[in-house]
Amino acid sequence: MAEEPALVRLEGLTKTYGERVVTPVLRGIDLEIHSMDLCALTGPSGSGKTTLLNLIGLLDRPTTGRVVIEGTDTGALDDEARTALRGRALGFVFQFHHLLPAFSALENVMMPLIARHGRKKAWIREKAEHLLEEVGLAERMTYRATDLSGGQQQRVAIARALVADPALVLADEPTGNLDTQSGEQVLEMVRDFNRRLGTAFLVVTHDDHVASACDRIVHMVDGLVDSDRRSG
Amino acid sequence: MPFELFVALRYLRDGRLQTGLILTGIGVGVGVIIFLSALITGLQQSIVGRTLGSQAYVVVRPPEEMPRVVEGGAAPGDALRAVETERPPQRVRSIVRWREVEALLERTSGVVGVAPTVTGPAIATRGLGSISATIRGIELESYSTIVDVRGRLVDGTFDLTGFRVVVGTELARKFGVGTGGRIRLQAAGDRGGVYSISGIFDYRSRDLNERLIFVSLQGAQTLFGLDGGVSTLEVKGDDIFGAEDLALGIADRTGLVADSWMAQNRDLLVGLRSQSMSSIMIQVFVILAVALGIASVLAVSVVQKAREIGILRATGTRRSSVTRIFLYQGAILGTVGSLVGVGLGTLLAVFFAGLARNPDGSATFPVALTAWLYGRSVAVALGVGVLSAVLPSRDASRLDPATVIRNG
Repeated sequence: MAEEPALVRLEGLTKTYGERVVTPVLRGIDLEIHSMDLCALTGPSGSGKTTLLNLIGLLDRPTTGRVVIEGTDTGALDDEARTALRGRALGFVFQFHHLLPAFSALENVMMPLIARHGRKKAWIREKAEHLLEEVGLAERMTYRATDLSGGQQQRVAIARALVADPALVLADEPTGNLDTQSGEQVLEMVRDFNRRLGTAFLVVTHDDHVASACDRIVHMVDGLVDSDRRSG
Repeated sequence: MPFELFVALRYLRDGRLQTGLILTGIGVGVGVIIFLSALITGLQQSIVGRTLGSQAYVVVRPPEEMPRVVEGGAAPGDALRAVETERPPQRVRSIVRWREVEALLERTSGVVGVAPTVTGPAIATRGLGSISATIRGIELESYSTIVDVRGRLVDGTFDLTGFRVVVGTELARKFGVGTGGRIRLQAAGDRGGVYSISGIFDYRSRDLNERLIFVSLQGAQTLFGLDGGVSTLEVKGDDIFGAEDLALGIADRTGLVADSWMAQNRDLLVGLRSQSMSSIMIQVFVILAVALGIASVLAVSVVQKAREIGILRATGTRRSSVTRIFLYQGAILGTVGSLVGVGLGTLLAVFFAGLARNPDGSATFPVALTAWLYGRSVAVALGVGVLSAVLPSRDASRLDPATVIRNG
């Protein structure tokens, strides 16, 4: 039986910043992420984790190399096509939640879908409500983002990342700004969604506990993949 | 409601203080525009109305008689010789084949009324009193399409049949007569007669009220010996300020002299145009201030919301949608601000118009609040709002999501 094609395939990926003084951040990354992966991306500060996350998330373009998502070489895509692919295939969870403060928890979760399909779709609301129930915020749907605790905001952010049924969620230090209990709840949710929905997660973390909770750990040093191993 | 409008409205609602301040700014700006426009237009309409309340847009008359040679015989051979010329005294003359000219004018584009008249000088006397008068022979129906003479009547009726005339209030006062009184009119060439006053008009002009006397067209023809002719054809057009062009066209087509009210009132016209220019300049600067206000508020908003724009982009919002979010904000600010301005400007104009009254009860400072003025103001504010939002919206759409999410 043929191996399932990779969800994300990175080939010879490099990224440098600066024009006069060139600073290499990524120096040749080859990596594959498959569906249902629960993958931690670890490494010291400055090793290029967030840069790699931005390249996979199509928020930035590599200096050289290829980012292939669901079989599509993204290098040839224009901005509109990249935005469309990002909206369809990828979800984001940021360290500082980054919810839209002018909107309620429910509206924040609905946002990726109404940006694509418009507001007058009952299924969007139903789906967002269902996800908020799943992350335990059924009673907080109409609260503005700023009226929620840090842990609650991060749960809203997870619901928002999942609302468009992405194949991969990119999470940048999702527990980095939370107390231990909230962090544990968020981590448990990530694992739960990974198992139940089959959504792949790439979790950037400094936290060994978070990394060990993932099935696979990719460790980066100085812009290169130092190790790629199964957890436990 | 489109997604972009939904976000734009929420952003405006979220920044209440900022939104309230800029809406007030736009409202005051648009209010000033409406107030100024209404006041200046009202004053101009009043001035033009008073001027054109007593005269036609264009008066068509025959060319003046050319100077003639009065001395000098034939010179021998090719020799040059001096001659003496004399400008003949101008008399009341008829337009040649005036019925054809009248028909031609009626067919002319932009003409809404034509009235044949006979106008000439005469002496009005009563007892020992005399006044140098201008006699205007008219057909009441056709002349009413040019000037609302019936509306100017303050006593009696506008009856010009037989030897009846309508005179102004000043002449009636000077002669000490009222309706039913009699005056003698004496034109050149010993033509004249005694006329009965059927009505008295008030043109709100001392000079016209003293000198102008209306008689029937036939009466004037007899008085000036025109025998079925008319000395002038008075024309009303559909555009007050197009009278000059209309007059030029008529002169060109008929070969007659055509004077517009604008040519006869050059100083007034210069005054009106200066007034309009001042008003336009003030409006341009107010619009500029409003535009800069909207643009600066939106530019600040782009900076404030940079991270949120990055989040929207990261979660699948297109660049074009980000652009539209800010264009919508500009349009909403322009529209709502202009509606505030409509209310403010109307209140100010109505208040100002009520401040002082003329003896006849009309406003000293008349204001012209029209649907066109309101529509134009809202449209301009909407346009200014959208245009002011172009640069900030372009900046917003160009934000790099990775950078703004990282740096805010």
